[in-house]
Amino acid sequence: MTAQSAGMGRAAAARPQPRVRAKDLLGFVFIAPWLISFLAFDLMPILSGFYHSFTNWNALGIAEFIGWANYEEALTRDPLFWVSVNRTLYFIAGSVPLGIFAAFTLALLLNANIRGTGFYRTVYYLPSVVPTVAAVIVWIFIFETRRGILNFGLELLGLPTIRWLSDPNWAMPALIIMSLWTIGAAMIIFLAGLQGIPQELYEAAEVDGANGPQRLFGITVPLMTPTIFFNLIMGLVAAFQAFNNAFIMTAGGPRNATLLYMLHLYNNAFRYFRMGYASALAVMLFIVVFGITILVYRSSDRWVYYS
Amino acid sequence: MLNSIRLQNVVRRLSIHTVLLAGSLIMVIPLLWTLSTSLKTQQQIAIWPPEWIPNPVKWSNYIEVFGAAPVMLWIRNSLVIVAANVFGSVVTCSLVAYGFARMRFPGRDALFILLLSTLMMPYIVRLIPLYVFYSQIGWLNTFLPVTVPQLLARNPFFIFLLRQFFKGIPFELSDAARIDGCGEFGIWWRIILPLSKPALAAVAIFAFRDAWDNFLAPLIYMAGAPHLRPLAVGLYTLRGGGGQLPDTNYLMALSTLMVIPMLIMFAMGQRYFIRGVTLSGIKG
Repeated sequence: MTAQSAGMGRAAAARPQPRVRAKDLLGFVFIAPWLISFLAFDLMPILSGFYHSFTNWNALGIAEFIGWANYEEALTRDPLFWVSVNRTLYFIAGSVPLGIFAAFTLALLLNANIRGTGFYRTVYYLPSVVPTVAAVIVWIFIFETRRGILNFGLELLGLPTIRWLSDPNWAMPALIIMSLWTIGAAMIIFLAGLQGIPQELYEAAEVDGANGPQRLFGITVPLMTPTIFFNLIMGLVAAFQAFNNAFIMTAGGPRNATLLYMLHLYNNAFRYFRMGYASALAVMLFIVVFGITILVYRSSDRWVYYS
Repeated sequence: MLNSIRLQNVVRRLSIHTVLLAGSLIMVIPLLWTLSTSLKTQQQIAIWPPEWIPNPVKWSNYIEVFGAAPVMLWIRNSLVIVAANVFGSVVTCSLVAYGFARMRFPGRDALFILLLSTLMMPYIVRLIPLYVFYSQIGWLNTFLPVTVPQLLARNPFFIFLLRQFFKGIPFELSDAARIDGCGEFGIWWRIILPLSKPALAAVAIFAFRDAWDNFLAPLIYMAGAPHLRPLAVGLYTLRGGGGQLPDTNYLMALSTLMVIPMLIMFAMGQRYFIRGVTLSGIKG
């Protein structure tokens, strides 16, 4: 094998192939912009981030190597670290399953052979094109205690009003509610998946006398598991790194009720300029996100059906 | 028997429409509420229960807001960032995509997998090192951190999207052009790009959206340069602290102004949006 490939290599080298060589180089010229940006904006920052997570560093002076001290501080001495972990898990547990369930249900309804699918699809995707900051400003106003439209709705239903953004118990549910406003993209991905299911399967099931729920859980859901899997991973990765909404809406308050992990990281890096410590926080999140992606991926052959 | 089946069908359809319409209302109410509030005086906003159609309608909010904050400057800054992003994404991402889709070179497939894997990489691991890097090379508080990377094919998803499209163009076209003496750059520019307008339009629309929406990067990398703030960061600085919004009518007018370009883009290029989002699901 080795001798053979070496022989082939020699044969290839012996034959003069200047045009192929030049063409090889040309290929690299085409992808050069990405190669440069990969080195400068992906690889270099990651290596530098890993290194600086072991240092004490204020971004200006020289980084002092301190071993595992940053990690030790986060896991044992920083009370806000565990608060932020807890808040992030709460946010994920609330927003990811609800979002996937709602998006999947909507896609099912849109796929039910009714009129106006295009209209509904447009309306449900509309919030996803609203720029983040504008959307959050709008939702701050919706959540306002005295003038907000959400409390107006509660009043109409005869329910007590809620201090959404100033009550530590309600600020996180408010964030989760807002996250459900932008399920349009996930819904479109589900809809595309549903439209890819062969119609004959349903016809055959109908001939066999399968009822609606049987068709749903016997055909649709199993065939949709790859798409559910994709939306689950993307949802988890995004939720772990959620920042903008909480930062703009509540800045982590009230009383740290919405202090997501990314907000804690941001505070350490860009408020207190503890770059070494914040790098350690970033590395830990990186490892967790990476680990979860792999875990979900490896569990997928047990529940994802690939035809 | 037949009648009851038909009736059942009607009931089923009606209930689906009822659910979907209720959901549509929930989706749209925040936007209508924003529009309504943007046309009120501060006194009208305080009225309880709220009025949906303000009486009188205060159109002048949309003019006054330009005096209340440096809105023109913010819009200009946003457009600078948008222009670099759209131009850079369309040109450099399509160049890279051409290399991956239609050229052969050693390590091509491995490099492409590497490119796709950066899609899954959390952006936060880059945030702090890049901040320090930019500060060392004097880029902080300039437009450079939010424009130069975009001129270097920074978006793996765009490259993926264009590569898929380019692969579908018949290779005979390239061969014919080569016989006519066309080089690879010529083929990319004269044959592939003109045939890829739908994919390029999708990339341009998404690049516009991303740049118009970009908040965290300008917030961090341009924190010390208020005169370079894009609209997203400017709107954020108006938000103020505490539980209530100051000058809510102006804020809502400005939010509406920020949404309008996106709505126009969405109305014009909806199929590109939908196709792009759908394609993002295929790669999984």
